[in-house]
This record gives sequence, structure tokens and C-alpha cells, in this order.
Amino acid sequence: MAEATAEYKVIGTRPIRPDGADKVTGRAVYGGDMRLTGMLHGKVLRSPHAHARIKSIKTAKAEALPGVKAVITVQDFPVAEDRMANLGEMAVNVKLLSNNVIAADKVLYKGHAVAAVAATSPHIAEEALGLIEVEYEVLPPVLHVLDAMKDEAPLLHETMTTTELGQKTDKHSNIANHMRFLLGDPAQGFREADVVIEREFDTATVHQGYIEPHNATALWNEDGHLYIWTSTQGAFVVQRQAAEILGLPVSQVSVTPCEIGGGFGGKISVYLEPVAAVLSRKAGRPVKIIMSRIEEFEATGPTPASHIKVKMGAKKDGRIVAAEASLMYEAGAFPGSPVGAGCMCIFSPYAIPNMQVDGYDVVVNKPKTAAYRAPGATNAAFASETVVDELAEKLGMDPLEIRRLNGAKEGDRRVDGPTFPRIGYLETVHAALEHEHYATPLTGPNRGRGVASGFWFNVGFQSTVVINVNADGTASLVEGSTDIGGTRASIAMQAAETLGIPYEDVRPTVVGTDGIGFTDVTGGSRTTFATGYAAHEAALDVVRQMKERLARRWDSEMEQEFEGQAERATVRITPDDVTYAHGAFKCAKDAGKSMTFKDVAAQMARMGGPITGRATSQPRGVGGAFATHIVDVEVDPDTGKVTILRYTAVQDVGRAIHPSYVEGQIQGGVVQGIGWALNEEFVYSDSGNMVNASFLDYRMPTTLDLPMIETVLEEVPNPGHPYGVRGVGEVPIVPPVAAIANAIYKATGKRMTHSPMSPGYVLSKLLE
Amino acid sequence: MAIVFLSAMLQPLTGGVSQVRVAGRTIRTIINNLEERFPGIKDRLLQDGDLRPDVAVAIDGETALDGVAEPVGEDSEVHFIPPISGG
Repeated sequence: MAEATAEYKVIGTRPIRPDGADKVTGRAVYGGDMRLTGMLHGKVLRSPHAHARIKSIKTAKAEALPGVKAVITVQDFPVAEDRMANLGEMAVNVKLLSNNVIAADKVLYKGHAVAAVAATSPHIAEEALGLIEVEYEVLPPVLHVLDAMKDEAPLLHETMTTTELGQKTDKHSNIANHMRFLLGDPAQGFREADVVIEREFDTATVHQGYIEPHNATALWNEDGHLYIWTSTQGAFVVQRQAAEILGLPVSQVSVTPCEIGGGFGGKISVYLEPVAAVLSRKAGRPVKIIMSRIEEFEATGPTPASHIKVKMGAKKDGRIVAAEASLMYEAGAFPGSPVGAGCMCIFSPYAIPNMQVDGYDVVVNKPKTAAYRAPGATNAAFASETVVDELAEKLGMDPLEIRRLNGAKEGDRRVDGPTFPRIGYLETVHAALEHEHYATPLTGPNRGRGVASGFWFNVGFQSTVVINVNADGTASLVEGSTDIGGTRASIAMQAAETLGIPYEDVRPTVVGTDGIGFTDVTGGSRTTFATGYAAHEAALDVVRQMKERLARRWDSEMEQEFEGQAERATVRITPDDVTYAHGAFKCAKDAGKSMTFKDVAAQMARMGGPITGRATSQPRGVGGAFATHIVDVEVDPDTGKVTILRYTAVQDVGRAIHPSYVEGQIQGGVVQGIGWALNEEFVYSDSGNMVNASFLDYRMPTTLDLPMIETVLEEVPNPGHPYGVRGVGEVPIVPPVAAIANAIYKATGKRMTHSPMSPGYVLSKLLE
Repeated sequence: MAIVFLSAMLQPLTGGVSQVRVAGRTIRTIINNLEERFPGIKDRLLQDGDLRPDVAVAIDGETALDGVAEPVGEDSEVHFIPPISGG
């Protein structure tokens, strides 16, 4: 257990998480544990083709199977409107969202939902799927972003036209959107450069790989109210998306978030919830659906594959004077890749006077991509950080020194225009330079050390927190933020700090849409920042109410003490005269008057009744996050296998509320980044069939593959938060792919331009 | 007057103008005044009287939270940027 600091009693300590006992004893209730009276089991029929027109669907044989209670197709859903709506973190086209949940006239990827069955057992439902007759007209698929961008490429959406630099065009294409960011005069910058490096990179489709699969249980009640229990990063987002797809007002949809076994951005979009709901309406009974791992790979949103061109120019002294990039991201079957964020992140660690970044959002016959930890930034950093490394080499500079020389700081401008507030990028570079890891020589054959940096914005969004004071002096904290990475603790700690009571005296509970005000998703590294902000404000509300009540009590006592005396007119006690520190209220005008938090709580009933603090937040002051990583690798020259020998991640974490969870977030992000770098990819056949849709064949790193990930927490408090919090969960996945590529180069002399750098790819480079 | 940065995405409507001083105490008046100078830009930024779902505004580096009602300082920097989400 860490010690409390002089500044804080709770923040910075490492208490046990409130949900720990439930998790380790298996008592925590996940979506798969849902059991409702009369509950049916649902299964989804998915397309065997990557691209096909649906000519007909016949369900009679399935409906006739004993035990089957409902069979649905797109005909059972309302016609979705073709309009944009804010349904999650981002604007979403309602029609396309609905068409991803259940295919309309075409299937656009293998695994696309076509129909669904509810039956008395999962086995009967599975059997019924085989009785549904679907006639397809198979169309040629397009599976790579560069192929999809060609004029002659098969079109996924015949009516879709390209939006070019913000303007709708008449051009029918798989390019949904071409965007551009421009700063200064890149052409002039390159003319002034002494060294110019230009390279092209490819990254593969990668899945978030959360352990718990998507699941949903729905009950469409006889009174028309829809209840959903699900595994989600945001109950309100499920509520909004389901309501839009099903044509219901949000007030008619109640969503309860169950415990969540990982999300990483992949549990924001709905997939099963509307399907379970429509099955429930048709069957008149609750319906539960759980995805298999194959369905997870084939039918939920991975992060996009991409092709990226980067050109950077620097002066002989190491100053980077110009940068250009083109980022082509696969959106999957529907528009909406994170290419915009990739564009805005790619050069953000650096203060470069002249930059142009073009982004292309391109549809292909793969699952619609979803967010994944710093969406779009890892792909981008792989390209830019490799080129920065090569620039340093050409200039004879240390790779961290070129980053220190060019590193962004407060007041520097990003390529999308805004200037940085107080940020801690240079602190991460300094800490990496001074770290014992970097100072220790790496010896031995086929070994190399690489470094890379990364940036992620973080977001604020909306949160609500209610704190109910209990008569025993403890507090119950009610929040709407799904706890994925220990946020029950980090939010309760902030409330406890503000309330001046022990952490153990604040009990947090995550509730659904009926139990709390609107709260956005747990994502964007926002929860400890924004929900923590609301918890702080709600705690202040509690303290304010207690001060008001004490002022009334103590003032009335004064009335008695000064009864009939002239001084009474000048001795009044107001809330401003009540101070609160270290769990005790004191009267500034009478040192003899004091009460503890527990005393006030115990006497609430006689001091005005229950005390409930509440707050909503939509905070400004979001602090962006930077990280700089160091990695040592060894490359087997016979097989191309890369072994991680040592890994150190330095990150500006703002104020670490619970350092263990901050370290855990960093370690988790790094491990996912290592998997992305070395093994993970969706492998497709020419017909668009993913051939490695299982954890046996889609190789994620395990503890046996990795050394301990060392973390360095650089605490540069965010001035935009009362406790200096910055989001920490996403940026650690940004640098690893580039850092490992740079390390492999040092080990082999071969530049890596493709991820994953799997043994086969590395060996092919060694044999060049 | 605030300095409005007109991104590469907006420059087809501004004839390549990348920065302009614009009067206005809120984003609404800033956009209305931009429209007078650059016809069509209002439709690019607004939908049903509010910011389009795919448009965010950063004022002095901070993402605006009050949509078109967001106040703008006399010497503020205004940027129209894509909204940011996360995982």
C-alpha cells in the first residue's frame, strides 16, 4: 500500500478495488449470467459471403421447427432514416448503423447479420439457422484499401458518393471522405530541408480481443417498454442507438450495463441489442444472445487496416521543417474509420512549421471498424515515428535527442490548428533519456533498441454522479460509467478526497439509464477525468449542504447564548463561517463549535433530512496525453521471430489517482501494441473469408511471451482538472508498433514498413 | 475581433483564405458573419441551426461545449475541426 502524500490523503494511494471480491470469487454478474423467467436463446444467421446481393430469404422451415419462437429479418425492423445523429462518441448515420445490425438488400462482409432466431435452447436456435434459406447473388469483394480506391473497384454502396474536402461530389466511389489538414507551406519547408525521408507503410486489421464476447438480453414488455441488459462501455449510448434503430423514444428503452470483460472501444456500437429486442417483441418473451469468438472476429468492429505515406524533411541541425502524410484507412463495410484522428495525431508530438496531412475514409468488404484504444493513432505513429527514427539516423543524432529538439510544448500548433495547452511530452522524452534502461548498453547479436513517441487527445464529454450520505458517516456514490479499468476506485477516491473521509467509506455503484443522469461512454480516456470531476463536484455539494445545516444549527445556538443581548445583531453564523478540513467542520466565529462528518451524518434526520450531493460535468480542460517508449528486441535470423527483451513506457499521466491502475493501463496498452506489432492480423482468403477467426490462430501475446513492462509515471498535473487528472488509458498503445519496428531495424539493418512484423514478414525482409 | 482559422476543408469556399478576422461574441454570430463573406460556409458548418454532428469548434485550444451559443473572446482563436472520440 502506498503512503498518502502531504498534499492528499487518498489520491496517490493504492487501495483495493471495490469490485475486487466479486471479480475474484466469480460472483460479479456479467451479461452471460442473465437469467429471466421464460427466457429464450437467440442466434444470428450470418452471411457466408463477403459481398452479395440478397435475392430472397425464406424462414418457413425454421419457424416450423419445434422450440422456435421467433424468426426475424430486416423486414421486422423499422426503415431507418438516412441522417446523421449523435449516438455515441461520434456522429453516426442511423441507416448505416441499422444496416450493420441487420443486412438490408446486400451483405457487405462475411459475418454480416442476415436473420435471427429465438428458441427454447441455443441448440434449437442453432439448428433453425440451418433451415433458413437465403438466395444470394454473389458479387466480387474488395478487401484492401488501395484496391478499393481504384476507379474500377467494385462498389459496396452504389449510391455513395465521395465527399471531397468537405464538399459532396457526384463521384461514385468507395472513398467516402477525403479530408485535409494544412499548416504553413510544406513545399517551401521541403525546399529548405537538408534531409528528406519518404516512406510507405501498411498495417493490418486488428481486433480489440476483449475476453468477454458481446451479449445482450432484451425484454420487450407487454406495456411497450424495452429493457436491455448488456455488456457495454456506455448504457446511454446503447439506449440511444437502440431507440433510433427501433424507432422508439429513449424514454421507452431502459439499459442496464452488466459487468464488462473488456471493451477497448469495441463495445460502443450496438450489434445484438436491437436484434434481441425485435426477437423478444415477436416471441413475447425475453431473449438472450451471446456471440461466439468467431462471430466476434467476423462481425464486430476491429481497428482498420491502412496504407500510409509519410514524407519528412529536416535541417542539418535536426530541426524538422516540413512533413506530409497521406493516410488511407479501411472503414470496413460502412464509412467511419478513425482516419480523422489519425491525421490529427500523426505529427502531434512535434512542433513542425509546415505540414499537410490528407486522410481517406474507404469502405471495403470487411466488418465495420470500431474504436480501438486511441483510434487511428497507432497506425499513424508507426509511419511517422519510423521516419523520425530514420531522419535521426541520417543526421547522426540520437533518436531521443531529435525528439527533444523538435518536441511539442505549450503554445505549439497542431496540424489541425489549435495550440497545445500545458502538456508533458518533453518531460517524457527527458525521462526516457535519463532512464537506466536507455543508459544501459544492449549487447549481444541480433539485438536492437528502439524508441518511439505517441500522442492522444483524450476527451471530456458528459457524466453524472450522485452521492448519498449514510447515517454511519459513509457515502454511497452512484455513477453511470461502466467500470472497465478500475474506475469505481479512481472515482470513489476523488470523492473521498473531497469529502475528507477514508476511501473505504465511499461505496461506488454503477447503474443503468434509469438510475442516473446521462453519462457518456467509458472511453476516450475520459472516465477518471470527467466522471471524477463530477464526483468531486458532487462531494463539494455534500459539503456545501452540511455547512448550511451546521450554520443554521450553530446560529440558533448563538441565538440562545446571546438571548436578549445587543451583540446578537453582530454575531450571526452563515455557511461562510463554517470551515471543513480533515473530516471536521469548525465554526470560524466560535472555536468551541465543531462537528465531524460522521457526526453530521448521524444527525441528518434532525438537521434537515437526507443529504444527497449531485453533479453533472461536461468539463473543459481536457489534457492531451503523450508517451515515449523504449524497447529492446532480439530477432531470430533463422525464423524471423522477434522476442521482446525489455520494455519501458514513460507517460505523462497528469496526477495518478490510483498509480496501480495507471500502471495497469499503461502495461495493458503496451501489451496490446506489442501484439499489434508482432502477430495480430486478420488474414483473409481472396473471397473475403477470415481464415484465422479464433484465438488459436489470431495470436495475441500472453504473459509467457513478454517481460515485465516497466512504467514511468511522469506526473504533469492537468490544470483543467481539480486534481490534475489526465486520461491515461489510450496513449500507451500508440508508440509500441513504431518502437518495435525501430528496434528491429537496429537489430537487423532492415526497415520495417508493414505490421504485424510477424516471423514470415521479418524473414522476408532479412532475405531481401 | 476573433481570428477564425479556415481549414483546408473550408478553403474551397473561401478562395484559399486561411485566416480571417471576424466580429462576433458567439459562434452563431461568427458563422453568420463568415457567411456574408464566404457564401455557403454556413451550410457546411450548421445543420438545423446548430453545429453539424461532424463539426466541432475549438476556441483558444478548448473544444466548445455550448454549440453555436459558445462565447468567443475579442482576441480568441477559432478553429472548426472534426470531433474527437476515443476507445
